[in-house]
Amino acid sequence: MLYGLKIATRYLTANKGQTALLVTGVAVGVFIFIFMSALIGGLAEFILARTVGDLSHITIEAETEDPALLVASEGHVLAVTERGRTRDATLAEAATWLPLIETVAGVKAVSPEITGAGFLTRGAQVAQVSVVGVEAGRESAILDLASYMVEGEERVGSGVIVLGRDLADDLALSIGQALHLESSKGITANLTLGGIFETGNGSMDSARAFVSLSTARTLFSMPQGVTQIEIKLDDLNAADATALRIQSLTGLNAVPWTDDAEQLMEALDAQAQTGYFLKAFALITIVIGVASALLLSTYRRRPEIGIMRAMGAGRGFVVFVFVTQGALIGLLGGIMGAGLGYLALLPFPTREAFRPGTLPLDITQGSYGLAITLTVIAAILASILPARSAARVDPVTAIGQ
Amino acid sequence: MTTLLEVRDLFKTYGAGDTATRVLRGLSLHLEEGELAALLGPSGSGKSTLLTILGTLMKPTSGSYTMLGQDMIAANDAELTEFRNAHIGFVFQFHNLLPDFTALENVVFPSAVRAGRETPAARARGRDLLKRMGLADRIDYPTANLSGGQKQRVAVARALMNSPELVLADEPTGNLDRASATQVMELLSEINREEGTTFLISTHDEKIAAACQRQIVVVDGNVTG
Ligand SMILES: Nc1ncnc2c1ncn2[C@@H]1O[C@H](COP(=O)(O)OP(=O)(O)OP(=O)(O)O)[C@@H](O)[C@H]1O
Ligand SMILES: [Mg+2]
Repeated sequence: MLYGLKIATRYLTANKGQTALLVTGVAVGVFIFIFMSALIGGLAEFILARTVGDLSHITIEAETEDPALLVASEGHVLAVTERGRTRDATLAEAATWLPLIETVAGVKAVSPEITGAGFLTRGAQVAQVSVVGVEAGRESAILDLASYMVEGEERVGSGVIVLGRDLADDLALSIGQALHLESSKGITANLTLGGIFETGNGSMDSARAFVSLSTARTLFSMPQGVTQIEIKLDDLNAADATALRIQSLTGLNAVPWTDDAEQLMEALDAQAQTGYFLKAFALITIVIGVASALLLSTYRRRPEIGIMRAMGAGRGFVVFVFVTQGALIGLLGGIMGAGLGYLALLPFPTREAFRPGTLPLDITQGSYGLAITLTVIAAILASILPARSAARVDPVTAIGQ
Repeated sequence: MTTLLEVRDLFKTYGAGDTATRVLRGLSLHLEEGELAALLGPSGSGKSTLLTILGTLMKPTSGSYTMLGQDMIAANDAELTEFRNAHIGFVFQFHNLLPDFTALENVVFPSAVRAGRETPAARARGRDLLKRMGLADRIDYPTANLSGGQKQRVAVARALMNSPELVLADEPTGNLDRASATQVMELLSEINREEGTTFLISTHDEKIAAACQRQIVVVDGNVTG
């Protein structure tokens, strides 16, 4: 159908101004499509980075053991459970699973941790803290501690504690000073303040204390195992699938961050729906624009269509000529709109550099290929009606002899 | 001589009821291969109607039509399209060229639309035809820049492109001055003599009619001659 393509392109180039206008109209629709994609995608990225970025993406916690059963003489079953909110179940064989989990695709970092509560005392002052014992060298694996340090360093050597800015201020501490940490188990350790961080998250800055895993073992009398394993992924959207994979691989209870973030997910979902809605409108505008322009063109070219039919052009040929015009308009407008969209998004900061107060437009989420493909499909669909009406032109009345 | 086409008891009525116009009323006609015939008759007598039916662009209300041994009434749209392309050429009163294409592109159209592309052989034939029409220096002209007479000669070349057995011309010289009209008519007779193409030419022009071997007159929905 090379010849049909020739006729179609000739028809388009014969009215350059009109074609340019039509292509520009399509390009504007594509531009809006791409802008919306980049905005909705960037916004989701931004919100997730702000809320979930510093969280563990998948957390493996020990399952509470089944209560011990006592079979009473009359056949009753008695269960023995301990009341209490503190979780003291442990992941005894955590160490053996770590290398395996690290090899799972998409896993960026793994951090075995011992967590618990404790009291920090300096002189007469006391503050309640939540203690996190992390492996030396993995301090920044989950929360990017290194980037939040305001004084000292994040390294948790033995006998070193790293505290939040608010806590350090409350206790009037400075780097190098000694303090006591008493765990909920009643064990006390003498520690030196090695670093102060500020995350901007109030509860973290005022109550979080990082110590080394070995210090935590002593504090919580846990010679083996850990209380939880935190896992960071390359792509936080893959948490559900990766958690399942880890679970089936290890049999451990791997919980993705999304389990506790239903409201956030719903909000993001609603936002994405709005995006689809607006994008659908952009496509509908393209369809209407292309359809009306081509309908006009078929009407104007009725005598020519009649002549072509008299000269032996089949209905299929006429349909092809007009659908090809639609497809070409869609392709040109799509490429032009995608190019303009890309250029317009260039000056905006990249997703890593999103800052509050600016539009979080993510140039990598413009869906350029999708925009062009959908536009070509929309333009082809839009040209079917005009093409069919062109194919129905009666040569006799069109030639009008 | 062999019969090219034959129509019998052709009826054509436009519209229905009170406004019905009965144009052809039991018209029968046959054309031999190689004939050069003029189609005469007063305005409104049905010349264009007959040519349109013979050209398979419209079906009669009733009657039979066979051409080259094939039944033109029973054939469907796709078959007729292909038949027209191969065996029938048209020249209309208004040249009806495709305005966005050059003279050569217009002439090559009937071949290219079948082949799916403009073949070198078709281009060569198109050039020859245009030269024969005295348009050697207008081959690649956009048709919009040609005079009326030149356009009509391009239209004649296009009608001849696929070497059809029959060329139907509806007042081909109706819009031309005497000199151009004579020139176009001479070209038609020349092709008829040299290639044996059958021509049926409707006209109001006595001189054109006189240049044809046979004169067919449409009267009262039928023909004489
Ligand atoms: N589509 C149509 N609908 C209704 N009536 C029509 C139609 N086409 C033609 N007619 C009528 O049929 C009759 C024959 O028309 P036709 O065009 O065949 O005549 P003609 O012999 O070619 O005339 P002319 O010499 O003026 O070209 C006329 O009365 C015309 O009004
Ligand atoms: Mg007429």
